[in-house]
Amino acid sequence: MRWLVATVAETVPETARVVTLRLDVPDWPSHRAGQHVDVRLTAEDGYSTQRSYSIASPPGSERLELTVERIDDGEVSPYLTTVADLGDQFELRGPIGGWFVWDGTDTAPVLLVGGGSGVVPLRAILRHHAASGSTAAMHLVYSARTLGDLIFRRELEALAGPRRAVTLTLTRESALDWAGHRGRVDAGLLAEVGWPPSVQPHCYVCGPTAFVEAVADALVGLGHEPGRIRTERFGPTGG
Amino acid sequence: MDTSLDGNAAAGALGDLFVFDVTVAVSTCAICGDARPVAELRAYLDAPGIVLRCASCGAAQLRLVRSSDRAWLDLRGIQVLEIHSAATAE
Amino acid sequence: MAVVSRGFQGRRRQPGAGLVPPGQYLVDDFPVLSAGPTPDVALEGWDLTVVDQSGAVVSRWGWEEFRALPAEEITVDIHCVTKWSKLGTRWQGVSVDTILGGIDTAAEFVVAFSDGGYTTNLPLADVLDGQAWVAHRFEDEDLEPEHGGPARLLVPHLYFWKSAKWVRGLRLSDEDEPGFWESVGYHNYGDPWREQRYWGD
Repeated sequence: MRWLVATVAETVPETARVVTLRLDVPDWPSHRAGQHVDVRLTAEDGYSTQRSYSIASPPGSERLELTVERIDDGEVSPYLTTVADLGDQFELRGPIGGWFVWDGTDTAPVLLVGGGSGVVPLRAILRHHAASGSTAAMHLVYSARTLGDLIFRRELEALAGPRRAVTLTLTRESALDWAGHRGRVDAGLLAEVGWPPSVQPHCYVCGPTAFVEAVADALVGLGHEPGRIRTERFGPTGG
Repeated sequence: MDTSLDGNAAAGALGDLFVFDVTVAVSTCAICGDARPVAELRAYLDAPGIVLRCASCGAAQLRLVRSSDRAWLDLRGIQVLEIHSAATAE
Repeated sequence: MAVVSRGFQGRRRQPGAGLVPPGQYLVDDFPVLSAGPTPDVALEGWDLTVVDQSGAVVSRWGWEEFRALPAEEITVDIHCVTKWSKLGTRWQGVSVDTILGGIDTAAEFVVAFSDGGYTTNLPLADVLDGQAWVAHRFEDEDLEPEHGGPARLLVPHLYFWKSAKWVRGLRLSDEDEPGFWESVGYHNYGDPWREQRYWGD
């Protein structure tokens, strides 16, 4: 897989720490919802480093979108979220990963569970579901710390419809006028908003490693088959 | 504290070596017999190389080291890989 | 040719300016590289052993006994094969001369083995004569688990993958047995000053 050159066409602040980069990538092959890219940055002295980022845009989008959370002592995310500007370039290769993908060819219900920046590939899946007119039932459960940390909030709420549900939960929001759920995604919430194991939904769980493990364990504990749970750990800091 | 990711995170690096997407192939652990897609192995990417470990027993199934001009791939921890022909048709 | 990204500098690093081996750069932090999960080691069950060629345990220390051995403070430069170097790192540890002292052996090689299954091989001569330690403190603190605590091997004259984290013992060997990384491309000896990173270097 070759390295392609990506040029920043637009930067969109999503939250205080999160930025979406809209990229022009000549020769970009199409991709599947849920896949990721490897991004490589090279400094003038030749030093280079790579990180993987989930593709935020669904297949068929005009531009390739990456949504990146700034990690304070990170090496790549501070560059992508605070330095990279229109016209800047870096290398990327992809699309990568045939496992954590949803194509819509299967009509089984789909449970998407995201923590923090883990919502990024799930948003691509949700948008693909909407664009493809899929008849599968799909439910996104998305956990963030506070209202200000919710990425894509308006878009996700607008995507909700007859076959797409979105449940938001905040773990650290103190404002009294938040009418959504509060607290972590746990077995109780999953049982309340998800499907029973007998329905055999496909489950996709993405976010910081600890979140993914807790949610996957909770789903298995509720009786969901491990083989129908696909996970994408972002690492201890969440990517 | 475990810094591991899913085997899926190694798909880019492994994509340089395999003509098919190895992360969707099912690996049987040579040590304990656990079988699951390579994407579900525990991936350690912050090492002098890449190590994919069995999600059940922790044995190193795959080790990959790359220099500027060579790569070394040790698969002794994999008993067998099951590859769907649809994957190789790409 | 890689595309240079305007304004990208990366981790704070400086060229070695003659202080470090070829191809290395200096870093301010202490990167953590791991080939597996950080072992959860209970000190009550921890021991350090020396094993001979037949597999017999010739020496053994529990944690308290190990901590009672004479320890040294050493300040050394360390060099990782992934190109970062740190100068003047301070450790406290027991010299391998002490660990292997009193053992009469014709073995020419040693394999260090660790919790989690990691191994690395070295010539016996390279861990004697004040060249190696089993270190349990770093920069005035107990060695953190992610950096190899409770104790790791420290062999600063070779690339740092030879300084096995979570070390549990040394096995004497007549043969040179490539360890975890040496068997999959990394150089059998690993002298940073001759840039021996990979097979054939």
